[in-house]
Amino acid sequence: MTSPLLLQSAPQSPSTASTDEAVWPKLCLLGDWTLVNYQELCRRAQKPSETPRSLDASGLLNLDTAGATLLVKLLGAEALATLIPDATGLTDERRALLQAVADSMLDREPAPPSTYRWGDGLERLGLWVHSGWSQFTQFLGFTGLTLVTLIGLLPRPWRWRWTALVAQMQQAGLNAVPIVALLNFLVGAVVAFLGATVLTQFGATIYTVDLVAYAFMRELGVLLAAILLAGRTASAFTAQIGSMKVNEELDALKVQGLSPIELLVVPRLLALLITLPLLTFVAILSGIAGGAMVAVLSLDISLARFMGIVQQVPLIHFWLGLSKAPVFAVLIALIGCLEGFKVGGSAESVGERTTSSVVQCIFVVILIDAVAALFFMEMGW
Amino acid sequence: MVTEVVIQVRALCNQFGSNVVHKDLDLDVRRGEILGVVGGSGTGKSVLLRSIVGLLRPAAGEVNVFGENLLTLSTDKRSALERRIGVLFQQGALFSSLTVLENIALPLIEHAGLSRNQASEIANVKLALAGLPAEAGALFPSDLSGGMVKRAALARALALDPDILFLDEPTAGLDPIGAAAFDQLLMTLRDAFNLTVFLVTHDLDTLYTACDRVAVLSQKKVLIVDSLDVVAADPDSWIQSYFHGPRGRAAASVASALET
Repeated sequence: MTSPLLLQSAPQSPSTASTDEAVWPKLCLLGDWTLVNYQELCRRAQKPSETPRSLDASGLLNLDTAGATLLVKLLGAEALATLIPDATGLTDERRALLQAVADSMLDREPAPPSTYRWGDGLERLGLWVHSGWSQFTQFLGFTGLTLVTLIGLLPRPWRWRWTALVAQMQQAGLNAVPIVALLNFLVGAVVAFLGATVLTQFGATIYTVDLVAYAFMRELGVLLAAILLAGRTASAFTAQIGSMKVNEELDALKVQGLSPIELLVVPRLLALLITLPLLTFVAILSGIAGGAMVAVLSLDISLARFMGIVQQVPLIHFWLGLSKAPVFAVLIALIGCLEGFKVGGSAESVGERTTSSVVQCIFVVILIDAVAALFFMEMGW
Repeated sequence: MVTEVVIQVRALCNQFGSNVVHKDLDLDVRRGEILGVVGGSGTGKSVLLRSIVGLLRPAAGEVNVFGENLLTLSTDKRSALERRIGVLFQQGALFSSLTVLENIALPLIEHAGLSRNQASEIANVKLALAGLPAEAGALFPSDLSGGMVKRAALARALALDPDILFLDEPTAGLDPIGAAAFDQLLMTLRDAFNLTVFLVTHDLDTLYTACDRVAVLSQKKVLIVDSLDVVAADPDSWIQSYFHGPRGRAAASVASALET
């Protein structure tokens, strides 16, 4: 099969030779120059060895922009633009198409390709560290802004937004009760089994009850509730505020003289501040109930005995666990909202920020919990 | 002169709940023409566009594109037919997670099976045809101005060399200079690619400069389809106030001044 682009440097036979010398070398277009054949064309069409001085398209069957693109690539826009007006065998439509493509590509510098240079990795590391630091300062700034707004609102009860607050409490609190209860119940049962397995070897099975009670009051109840809230509510906050940002709704609020912090952040923060301690209480009860089920059903400890041992646990452990709930609530609400405000203009950015918000929340919750555990231990509480 | 009809709408009815948008609407679009569709807000111009491209299943009636009913075709045939259609949505609807160049290259890679490099070469040409600089290809849609979004969306609509181009208010939100340039671009492209253009617009200047025929949507159907002079002379009160209101007169005088 012949090449779709044929360069004739001289007349094939003297009888058909044109008297006009300026025609040679002549470039012949053959076959289908279309998108469907693009790959085939790319393989077979070679860049002509000499600059052609005329174009013959009488062998051309079909042409579209893909074919025209390839011609521009092979000949150059300028050369093509000079060939088109005198080309033979072109219909008006194809001439217009080639002309339009060649004209649009005239004087057009290709965009410089991005290349990898030595040191780019170092630059990226620097950017990463810098963004981490600015994220931290941003968080501090945002916390301050929210606090100022909150304090400013305190003496103005007519501006408290009860509806928004109650709606958020239902979303983040009430609707989360079933999942928090179920999860803690299951983990309570698992901890009881684990305790029984280890403690039987010492004949101290009865201490399983203490293990479950201490674990859930001090650590697991609040930790599991906070982690669930981070996954469930922080992501919702980020996505809600983020899509409002994409939609320019936040800007609309600002130009109407309304504060997005007051309208969006404060109700969410207060809602979590109220509901997380309540959820923690539900979590502690469910965890202990899970432990009780295992104790009664497979450890031969009666329910009355179980409750008796739980009642002897000093109440301070319960308060220590519960004291962490407001701290976690503030962190989760602020991180969730701040990440929402950081969303850029695209749908992808909403997804990125939501992921980042959940990861940050869980990380911070576990970190603070570990620090608190150390602190409480050192204090002898 | 016998002209081929590429879009045929017959007895189309559309309704949302109890709100009837179209009732027994008929419309023909001929090959190679730029058809302007006008009508007041809420008369269902965009709904008509969505019914024709098959995004909306009409309550009754039939829509044929190239003689085929999109909604009854098999998936493969429908996909093949949809490749011959390019749509520019009102807000551009560029994929926000891809760069402009990738937006244009996507249909080329997916449908034509080109490699990334080959698709980028063609996408670059489309970018140039739509009048965007080469640097714009590397930008994300969120970094573009309103006019650039429209041009980028046009470049994407042209990616597969469609036979029919649907434009939903392409000049809305553009400054007059940008809008006029867009009209010129549209006519150049129509001549070069023998495009059929279905143009929903409110822009009277576009109607006067670019459109071969104008369809007026009113009273739940197409009131009249004809050349602009005939439509503007129609005695219907809405048409009179549309074409002979203050804005209509201004656009008409500019258009006649350009011709003389």
